[in-house]
Amino acid sequence: MTPDLVASHGLTEDEYGNLCDLLGREPTFTELGVTSALWSEHCSYKSSKVYLREFPTEGPRVLQGPGENAGVVDVGYGWVAVFKMESHNHPSFIEPYQGAATGVGGILRDVFTMGARPVACMDALRFGAVDAPRMRHLVDGVVRGIGGYGNCVGIPTVGGETGFHPSYNGNILVNAFALGLARKEKIFHARASGAGNPVLYAGSRTGRDGIHGATMASESFDAESEAKRPTVQVGDPFMEKVLIEACLEAMGTDAIVAIQDMGAAGLTSTSFEMAGRGGVGLHLELDRIPLREEGLSPYEIMLSESQERMLLVAKRGREEALFEIFEKWGLEVAQIGSLTETGKAVIHSKGQVVAEIPVGPLTDQAPMYRRPVSVPADLEARQVAPEVPLPENPSQALKDMLCSPELASREWIWRQYDHTVRSNTVVGPGGDAALLRMKGTPQGLALTCDVNPIYCSLDPRRGGAQAVAEAVRNLACVGAEPVGLTDCLNFGNPENPEVSWQFRECVRGISDGCRALEVPVISGNVSFYNENEGQSIYPTPTVAMVGVVPKVENHPSSGFVDPGDRVILLGTDHREFGGAAYLRLLYDLEQGRPPEVDLEREGHLARLLRSGVDQGILKTAHDLSEGGLAVALAEACFSRLRGARLKFSGGVLDLFSESQARAVVGVDGSQVDGFLDLADRFGVPAEDLGEVGGSDLHIETEEASLILDVQELYKEWSTALPRALGM
Amino acid sequence: MKAGVIVFPGSNCDHDVYHVFRHVLGQEVEFLWHQEEDLASCDLVVLPGGFSYGDYLRSGALAALSPVMAAVQRHAERGGLVLGICNGFQILLEAGLLPGALVPNRSLRFECRDVWLRVERTDLPFTSGYKDRDVVRIPVAHMDGNFQASASTLDDLEDSNQVVFRYVDESGAVSSAANPNGSARNIAGLTNAEGNVLGMMPHPERCVEELLGNTDGLALFSGLIRETVGILQQEVAS
Repeated sequence: MTPDLVASHGLTEDEYGNLCDLLGREPTFTELGVTSALWSEHCSYKSSKVYLREFPTEGPRVLQGPGENAGVVDVGYGWVAVFKMESHNHPSFIEPYQGAATGVGGILRDVFTMGARPVACMDALRFGAVDAPRMRHLVDGVVRGIGGYGNCVGIPTVGGETGFHPSYNGNILVNAFALGLARKEKIFHARASGAGNPVLYAGSRTGRDGIHGATMASESFDAESEAKRPTVQVGDPFMEKVLIEACLEAMGTDAIVAIQDMGAAGLTSTSFEMAGRGGVGLHLELDRIPLREEGLSPYEIMLSESQERMLLVAKRGREEALFEIFEKWGLEVAQIGSLTETGKAVIHSKGQVVAEIPVGPLTDQAPMYRRPVSVPADLEARQVAPEVPLPENPSQALKDMLCSPELASREWIWRQYDHTVRSNTVVGPGGDAALLRMKGTPQGLALTCDVNPIYCSLDPRRGGAQAVAEAVRNLACVGAEPVGLTDCLNFGNPENPEVSWQFRECVRGISDGCRALEVPVISGNVSFYNENEGQSIYPTPTVAMVGVVPKVENHPSSGFVDPGDRVILLGTDHREFGGAAYLRLLYDLEQGRPPEVDLEREGHLARLLRSGVDQGILKTAHDLSEGGLAVALAEACFSRLRGARLKFSGGVLDLFSESQARAVVGVDGSQVDGFLDLADRFGVPAEDLGEVGGSDLHIETEEASLILDVQELYKEWSTALPRALGM
Repeated sequence: MKAGVIVFPGSNCDHDVYHVFRHVLGQEVEFLWHQEEDLASCDLVVLPGGFSYGDYLRSGALAALSPVMAAVQRHAERGGLVLGICNGFQILLEAGLLPGALVPNRSLRFECRDVWLRVERTDLPFTSGYKDRDVVRIPVAHMDGNFQASASTLDDLEDSNQVVFRYVDESGAVSSAANPNGSARNIAGLTNAEGNVLGMMPHPERCVEELLGNTDGLALFSGLIRETVGILQQEVAS
């Protein structure tokens, strides 16, 4: 082993020394590859683990928290929801179609490997400025990739979010979320047990794609990154679809002991993780693995990230039942080894032992770092409160904001995703939260994903808490009570103390939010090294939250419904413009501390909204977020092309302030007094703004009035994104 | 009546169609594996949407060679009812049960959205639940939904009244803007000369329940059941 070879595997001198101590000798080439993958940042969470422990992970509904392929929460009626989110940032920047497609494929496997049938996907995407080099190609490729995979597999993509900011010019983010449903007693785990039980391989053949994908995801981009294209995997959604059906059918037998997909670091991580969790050893015969081409070395076989592959531990003597099912679905299946009592992974190839590693020590002694942290040098200057100019023409200002790539309609994107297959989609993309019915129950499941990276960059702790608060608010707008959260924490290089500080603070902010609003973190993923030529992305801790709606039929719309409905503003404005869209989109200014996050008020608002939905009073509910009240009102006009005649007690600027814990609701005229009483009981300030009707959005303030033709504005807003992208 | 829903590897609307017959309409329904050569005495066979065999080669091309398709052919020749939705429509074309071809959408992108359809004839079991020239809202979700055929085939289809659904605007007018995929003559669905095989790109099975916000597809299934039961009763009576 030369120092160069060790360094090229991303291991430090110390880490290599530990490996030699653990083995009692120098590693073989295969062992070096296996260890470098398992100890990579991507697989080992070595820089993040110390902070992730701060998350609250328990709750009455939590059946499985972090540590498995996906988290599991009880959603009633004998059902559990299984969900997780994961990043596929680096591959998507190098090869957008395949990178995004295999991101979707990977997260679906994490869910069905637990025994759940996937029923919904979401995607949180961050692109650079629309006119940045390669950006049109990246947007187009990522959107096609997500659609190409999800549509074919037949899982609806029901929501997500998309942002554009120069911070991502050299490193886009693709975070894929999947949710599945299973019967409570039918959950499967990836815990291998029972010496002598056979280890089976099922699905696609192993090829040379994706070798060292996990290691690549643990490095930063530079001018050489193009050369890493061969580390991007290639997906086959048809194979995934039959694999889902075959696995779910196989799980209906009692022949499976443990099952896990082969994701990052392929066979290496799957076999070591399964054996490690169960405290067993295993021997693998690489010659029995179905290969796509001849001549793959043991090193390549162990590290290939070829997609759509599963590893199963069968009950000894029952493997035939599994063979039959996989063969019925036209899938390759092979016994490639068995479990042992030795606690070692012994890997054979062509009659030789190419690796012999104690499983427990290798996984337990994975490095863990508490990296140095420091407050970013420019933070204080960036937090200075901004001067906020009055808009010359408030109507035009609102129009310009709505038609910016940042706030324009995302319909061009989600129209390319099948969002109605499986016939459960009650509210699809474009609302505050997506809403699915649960067939055979009166309930619904609501899903949302949120983060404001500008807030996180200006104050990461507040930004982390805000992401949780906004997700809770979005769920409450369809009447859902949160049951769990999964996250995808996208950051720059953790060896940079400023990035490490951002990470720590964001995690603390998310923890603050989760504790106060009683949302357990049940799974998640960390993606570091999101930088290009030393330029970090903004801290982007995406959170995806799932909630339960007791009576799905009561759900309100995010838009205004009938003429004559009253429009009520909930919450209090504090004229907050730190990081606000108004300054950013109109004056190119990112300045000031982001709006304060009062988690107690968020709780009051969410409870009020849920109560209003549960009682069937709310016809409309839409939260205030980027762009403040004016943007929220315009969006509420769009879904049914309704106008509204409103009078607001604040000034023009207050229309664009981004104070949190606010929402607009619509109620029937006869319900106004009752609802205002209800708001009072929940301790939420409410202001009756006026009523729905006419063809204009007319907002009167203390200083000036805004008048916009809804139909015209809708036309601009709904086509602005493809226009900005030139598509 | 008894419906059979064929499951090809890669079918993904099979559960949705099953749900409509079984849970919404309380009918007898079963899944038929693509290697079946016997349709288990189903009155109606549905080829559901999805990406059979990944749509590799061409949409529907490989599924058309499945053993079950020979049985579907015989079923159709005997006058049995066949409904192909989306990928099912593509398979019917590839199998030669209907004329023409479905090519990639004019936008060259997947299109998932509601469209308006005009019901062009109501004398078929499939459309007996609609009124003549009804305009209904049904979602599409496809990449290859652009129906094309030679001018003479198109003329023949029109002359023999085989066009069952056409893409229109909300008022019922045919226009290019109302056509989501570029289909010739805005054709969204067509039948064979005998009127017992229907292929259509839009998904009526996704809009049969109030909770999902649209029930315009319901009449297709309820009408079909009423007609089929009627036909069966006539057969029994004679």
